[in-house]
Amino acid sequence: MTLAGHFPYWIVVVLMMVGFYVVISHGNLVKKIIGLNVFQVSVFVFYIAMGKVEGGTAPILTGQPETFSNPVPHVLILTAIVVGVATTALGLALVVRIRAAYGTIEEDEIEDQETEG
Amino acid sequence: MKEKPVLRVTSKLLIPPIMLFALYVQFHGDFGPGGGFQAGVIFASAFILYALIFGVDVARRIVPAWVSRAGLSIGVLLYAGTGVAALFGGGNFLDYSVLAHDALHGQHLGINVIEFGVGTTVAAAMVTIFFTFASQSPHDPEDLRDEDDDADFDDDFDDDLDDLIASRTMSQGLSQAGGAGGREAR
Amino acid sequence: MELAVVIGMLFFMAAIALAIIWVRNLFAVTMLMGIYSLTAAALYVALDAVDVAFTEAAVGAGISTVLMLATLSLTKAEEKPFRSIQHPVSLAVVLVTGGVLIYGTLDMPAYGDPDAPIHQHVAPRYVQDSGQEVGPPNIVTSILASYRGYDTMGEVTVIFTAAAGVLMLIGRGRSGPGRRRKTWDYEDLEGDER
Repeated sequence: MTLAGHFPYWIVVVLMMVGFYVVISHGNLVKKIIGLNVFQVSVFVFYIAMGKVEGGTAPILTGQPETFSNPVPHVLILTAIVVGVATTALGLALVVRIRAAYGTIEEDEIEDQETEG
Repeated sequence: MKEKPVLRVTSKLLIPPIMLFALYVQFHGDFGPGGGFQAGVIFASAFILYALIFGVDVARRIVPAWVSRAGLSIGVLLYAGTGVAALFGGGNFLDYSVLAHDALHGQHLGINVIEFGVGTTVAAAMVTIFFTFASQSPHDPEDLRDEDDDADFDDDFDDDLDDLIASRTMSQGLSQAGGAGGREAR
Repeated sequence: MELAVVIGMLFFMAAIALAIIWVRNLFAVTMLMGIYSLTAAALYVALDAVDVAFTEAAVGAGISTVLMLATLSLTKAEEKPFRSIQHPVSLAVVLVTGGVLIYGTLDMPAYGDPDAPIHQHVAPRYVQDSGQEVGPPNIVTSILASYRGYDTMGEVTVIFTAAAGVLMLIGRGRSGPGRRRKTWDYEDLEGDER
């Protein structure tokens, strides 16, 4: 284990935890979704960083023998990004709907309305 | 939107290259970076730009709801249909090698068709999602709850426009998206 | 050198992410989120994932920012100051989870190691044979569309479902209990639906 060998992963873990913190500590629903996005992007970075090969290049065949970075994580993350935005849109639609039903997007205000009603 | 000539002219200049670039990304995806996912998003962004500048209802005239909804399902059907076509050709599901006389040609054909399917679905999904968000009326929470006055479709429409014009705080572009049509209506 | 670029960009991302915690104006947060995505896209280029970078720049920085702005125009732009009692608890949870995850990375192969298990299984086969078996020079396209075609079909279905879900949630004329069915949108679809 060297410092350089794992340091990128550690920063990615920090990014993940920042996203996680936003999700669990903030009451605003839009901010929660943004926190989920931060978390999501950090997972993407984690995958892509694992696929990196020292001295490799982008996995596009040019005819010469070359070292390529691992293309499999790229494929997984490529589709995950688009699915991520689709699910984010679904989440935001839920937020809009909640706002229509409760008139607020703050978690505690919704809770208050629920206990009163 | 007459007061924003720079935005109007620039977006008109930009939209055709954006669409062309989307098609390039779509059909060049097997040689360089790109493919259906990226192309679909870029293609949709041309429509989204148009809707931001000229208003959602103007944009809806170009992409009616049924077009984006049909595109949504046609893409998935095209993808799955390619798989079924491979079944009929004697291969496994999504085994493109049997689609043409030669395995490599079959693969090429299959990949192009399914990438096109992916692009169609993604573009239609992004357009649908954006237009659905943008045609919400900002501050009438009641609107979504009581929709018993369905019959007054035109009234509903005008109300929405007014609401969009009056929409507060937010990004100039989005509030003006509705405002463009609304001001003309007044 | 390459590693320095990667680490530098990760630090940028960490700074932006921390700013996302502190800033309370949701417009500013949305913009920060767009910058975060763009930085991630630049990082993917440094990590050789050009296709992913392309997608992230178009989707993450473009479409999701627009969608969030659209949502904010429908809700409100200022976040309420949150209850302070939650802070220590959530901070503790986050620190413990992060500590465990970092402890877990210690067993991972080093960053960029060509002998890591991830590079030993199917990846070499894809790299070596996709040119003859599938054809396209872009290996990512070969895997995406051909080797893992099922996977991609599932993803496309998810996107379809998400768009359908958005339509059902906030599209006009949801047919809920006690409501009669109406057209989805401004467009008159009744002809189609009859």
